[in-house]
Amino acid sequence: MNHDDIIKQGTKVYSRPRLMDDRNMHYCPGCSHGVVHKLVSEVLDEMGLENDAIGVAPVGCAVFAYHYIDIDWIEAAHGRAPAVATAAKRLNPERMVFTYQGDGDLAAIGTAETIHAANRGENIVIIFINNGIYGMTGGQMAPTTLEGMKTATTPYGRRVDLNGYPLNITPLLAQLPGTCYVTRQSVHTAATTRKCKNALKKAFKASMEGRGTAVVEVVGTCSSGWKMSPADANKWMEQHMFEAYPPGDLKDTL
Amino acid sequence: MNEEVRLMKGNEAIAHAAIRYGVDGYFGYPITPQSEVLETLEAEMPWETTGMVVLQAESEVASINMVYGGAATGKAVMTSSSSPGVSLMQEGISYIAAAELPALIVNVMRGGPGLGTIHPSQSDYFQATKGGGHGDYHLIVLAPATVQEMADFVGLGFDLAFKYRTPAMILADGIVGQMMEKVVLPPVRQRRTPEQITEQCPWAATGKSGRGHRNVVTSLELDSAIMEKNNERFQRTYAEIERNEVRFQSYYTDDCDYLIVAFGSVARICLKSIEEARKQGIKIGLIRPITLWPFPYEAIAEVAKQVKGILVVELNAGQMIEDVRLAVSHEMPVYHFGRMGGIVPNPLEVLNAFKSHFNN
Amino acid sequence: MAKVIGTVVIDTERCKGCDLCVVACPADVLALARKDVNDRGYHFAMMANADGCIGCAACATVCPDGCIEVYRVVEK
Repeated sequence: MNHDDIIKQGTKVYSRPRLMDDRNMHYCPGCSHGVVHKLVSEVLDEMGLENDAIGVAPVGCAVFAYHYIDIDWIEAAHGRAPAVATAAKRLNPERMVFTYQGDGDLAAIGTAETIHAANRGENIVIIFINNGIYGMTGGQMAPTTLEGMKTATTPYGRRVDLNGYPLNITPLLAQLPGTCYVTRQSVHTAATTRKCKNALKKAFKASMEGRGTAVVEVVGTCSSGWKMSPADANKWMEQHMFEAYPPGDLKDTL
Repeated sequence: MNEEVRLMKGNEAIAHAAIRYGVDGYFGYPITPQSEVLETLEAEMPWETTGMVVLQAESEVASINMVYGGAATGKAVMTSSSSPGVSLMQEGISYIAAAELPALIVNVMRGGPGLGTIHPSQSDYFQATKGGGHGDYHLIVLAPATVQEMADFVGLGFDLAFKYRTPAMILADGIVGQMMEKVVLPPVRQRRTPEQITEQCPWAATGKSGRGHRNVVTSLELDSAIMEKNNERFQRTYAEIERNEVRFQSYYTDDCDYLIVAFGSVARICLKSIEEARKQGIKIGLIRPITLWPFPYEAIAEVAKQVKGILVVELNAGQMIEDVRLAVSHEMPVYHFGRMGGIVPNPLEVLNAFKSHFNN
Repeated sequence: MAKVIGTVVIDTERCKGCDLCVVACPADVLALARKDVNDRGYHFAMMANADGCIGCAACATVCPDGCIEVYRVVEK
């Protein structure tokens, strides 16, 4: 059976998510954001939340998430997505409200908003992309940058005596009574991507059931910022990022 | 609930007026001298009656971004704070203006700069009327002089904010916030239904439901050509507001030889000074700008034709005086009398200052 | 025994040549074009060994740009 026959006679088992716009994304080749965008689109579609979803986009690489996923969006100021989402959800409790934030947005400038929204147990989902670097501004140190990791503002590697320690914020969020589900995922293989999708589903469901704040951290790569090929970045992530940020559930009250 | 006559503080009047207007959400953080707004709302528990959401945020930064988030869904949302807190909100206010969202911000001013004092001041005039945050934008700025106006301007502020899709500010001073007066509270209105919000705010991010296309609330546009067009649209809105919404009150201006310009509680002190001056045969008029932006340039210029000089009285080092000078194109003497640091002048002090400038 | 055969359709114009699908493919079906580039200058992904495809969708799952459609036939 040749290519055309398989297409004609076979079943389509994977296609571009319906909720993703037919346009090229601005992300660099191999960027984890694209995979997570696909997952968010698939999960919203499969859960029938297309018309109920309000996404809150951050400042950072994902600022243009609203160009790619066909739902309503609010673009927040840097770090303030959880505050924006808090009001959007409280005033529209029947809606599905989620934030999509990077490590700089969530764990540096927006630490207070993140912790307090989670501590209030706002019924929102926080999707946290942790790639240990500021991608949008050109590869500067993030709060989650690993010790020794070279960035534009730590050109000789992050030094604890100068820059402090990498901030492992997700376990902090897991400690808060307001969070119902805190998990750390990755999207570097097909298997982990499918797991991540299930985690997102679980988080969205919990939020719609009013169980509290659900946090899905996705440890991702930034091949441009890390100055590696996407494939090498995945390997480096497994070797180094997973040591500091091991994947798995940190809290599950569901 | 019907109209009701009560005795209360200006800050309390804001809270009651908000509930009665049908405000959907209030987000705030305590700071003297305006904490009674949040306290009153929490005590009234409007979520049990009108369904209004009230939330004490973790900071003023969070408050204003909650306002941004709520306004982005088409809801009538507000915050209140005092000077240092309003400084913290400036980034968020700029975003709200740039995203063309209606919202109400109350600043019950205290003396600055810095942590300054908790006592009354009007030293945030520049911040409120000249932008405050980054970028080319304006707020509609309402300056109440009475507890009644504190209550009335909640509704007016929201009406204007929704009419023009732009944030409005009530710029009060600590005196109006803290003093008690008789106030007629408006009858309770129903909050808008989701259907009414969809109709009134077709741009709101409420979920795509029934719309078919998505709404995006953002202030970002990296295409300079489009960003310039956006700015031009903002400026057209501001020009329309300047044409339609100038508000002021004149006292004794028919026959005056001199003019005092003052806003907020200070205008009431000046009115006493003017009445005393009239007893002494000095004819002074008063213009009290109610909208500080848009500023009543033309009204002042019109009265200025008949006067020998103008005194601007403010609780600051001289801020609104710049707009008064613009109004009269520097064609006559315009002097300033101000107290700072939380000191409030009495009517006699104002009159003496007037006499010292105009040799009466 | 049933045999699963598959194939993929790659949107070569959207592809950024990141190579992640090539790495993810368990059957060594995919490769980046060596010489050809798309309109944006990327060496796009293509089926270098089409017969090996088992339609597992690993490539499409990890593709950040949603460029890959996967078809599968179960031959009995």
